This record gives sequence, structure tokens and C-alpha cells, in this order.
Amino acid sequence: MDSNEVFLQIPMLPNMELAATETAHRVAEFMQFDPDKIDEIKIAMIEGIINAFEHSQSKDKTVYIKFLMRGDELEVTIQDFGHGFDLDSAKKEPEQLRKRGHGLNLMEGLMDRVDIYATPNGTKVIMVKRRHSSDE
Amino acid sequence: MADVFKVTTRMEGKYAILYTEGYINNLAGDKIVEEFNQLVAKDVKHYVLNLQKTQLVNSIGISILIEVIEKVQEIGGTLAFCHLTPIIAKTFKIMGLTQYSKVYDTEEDALKN
Ligand SMILES: Nc1ncnc2c1ncn2[C@@H]1O[C@H](COP(=O)(O)OP(=O)(O)O)[C@@H](O)[C@H]1O
Ligand SMILES: [Mg+2]
Repeated sequence: MDSNEVFLQIPMLPNMELAATETAHRVAEFMQFDPDKIDEIKIAMIEGIINAFEHSQSKDKTVYIKFLMRGDELEVTIQDFGHGFDLDSAKKEPEQLRKRGHGLNLMEGLMDRVDIYATPNGTKVIMVKRRHSSDE
Repeated sequence: MADVFKVTTRMEGKYAILYTEGYINNLAGDKIVEEFNQLVAKDVKHYVLNLQKTQLVNSIGISILIEVIEKVQEIGGTLAFCHLTPIIAKTFKIMGLTQYSKVYDTEEDALKN
């Protein structure tokens, strides 16, 4: 079996999300993503990670990240073992001038696919970016 | 990418041009507010934020910029952004910032309008 995964475990400390975006940069560059797409992956990841930092209240204070290089696709999983949340009530359409509550929208707007699994035992965000997407 | 976020200001006529450098997170947002408050105290009403040296932002930092935009509106001033990377521009659009502040390619364009 081919080896195509990169794992990263980061502590919930200030700016540690950048340790993950640095790794994302290397991985996406290896996969020959163009620079704009790399930036989209980074900002989407930042949002997933700071959500775990800010909202999860996980006891191990750690975020688990997996990069899966799957052909033309990069799949990034961001997982915490906090208390999860109710996706339906978090996903309300933002009214105008809303300051907070854009993170989930950003992830969806910047990636090709985002799946969120939230349970009382934690949250797992799986996001996919394709090297060639048709939407731009 | 700079590790430590910096913001510096240059005055040009009635405009204050704020240059950011580095990742705009919550702490960076607070620094921008601090700088902005000092300028408001000096009666400056018109602002341009030049993000040329910023590659990454997060939604918490940008939410603080929304507060700045609101404050500018309260004092009857203007605020424009320039030199956004394509993805920061996209981020601003998704967050709705482009509805209540103008975005220009260059500083020159921002000052002209
Ligand atoms: N990893 C997580 N753990 C617990 N709650 C989360 C997590 N991610 C998101 N949430 C919940 O979803 C809400 C919406 O998230 P988001 O769209 O990023 O907005 P914001 O972070 O500004 O509140 C958060 O306020 C929080 O209640
Ligand atoms: Mg968030």
C-alpha cells in the first residue's frame, strides 16, 4: 500500500494553527496545488483549528490533524475531543453585519467539500480540496 | 511570513494609511484597533488599510475589523482596503465586509476615490 498520509498533533496554544498551515503548505506544494488554492486550504484550516481552540473545551487541549494525499485531492481532517456542538443551530444563515459566526461558512466557501461530524465526544471536520476544481 | 504582527501608519492629506504586516488574528485585530483609536483621537476620519504584507487572516481578526468599520461609520468617516490577496478578498466577501467597505487594488486607487 502506498503511504500518503501526514499526521500532525498541535497543542491549543496561541498561533499554533500556523504550525498546521506551514505543513499544509508543504503538502499542497508537493501535490502541485497553485498558490491561491494553497491559501484557500490554509484559511479554511485556520478556521477549523481555531474553532477547536475556542469552542471545544477538550481536556487534552490538542487538535489532531491528518492530511491525506489522494490523487488529485487533498483531504484534511481536523479533530478534537471536546464537547462537540449542534450543527443545525450553528449553521444559521448569517444576517448582515454579523461579526462572529463566519467560520463554518468560510470553510465551505473555500474548500470543495466540508463534512462535519460533531458528537458530545468531539468534533471531526473533514475538508477536501481538488487540484482542479470547476467552480472557478 | 512575519512572526510578530505589525501595524504602521502614514498620513497622506486627510487620509491615514495603515500598513499591516503578518497574520491578522485576534491579537493583531486588537493592535489595529489601538492604532485606529489613537488616530480617531486626533480627529482623523478617513482610513485606508493596506494589507499588502498580510497573507493570512482569521475570522476573529476580521470580526475586529468589522468593529473598526462600524466605528468609522459612526464618526462619519470612510474606510477602504487595498492590496488584498485574491483569497483574502474572497474571505472578506464571504464575511460580508465588501458590503460596507470598499476594496481597491492599489493604494493609489483607494486614495483617488
Ligand atoms: N470544534 C468545535 N467544538 C465545539 N463547538 C464548535 C466547534 N466548531 C464550531 N463550533 C460551534 O459552531 C459555532 C459556529 O462556528 P463558526 O462558524 O466558526 O463561528 P464562531 O467561531 O465565530 O462562533 C461556534 O460558535 C461553536 O458554537
Ligand atoms: Mg470560528
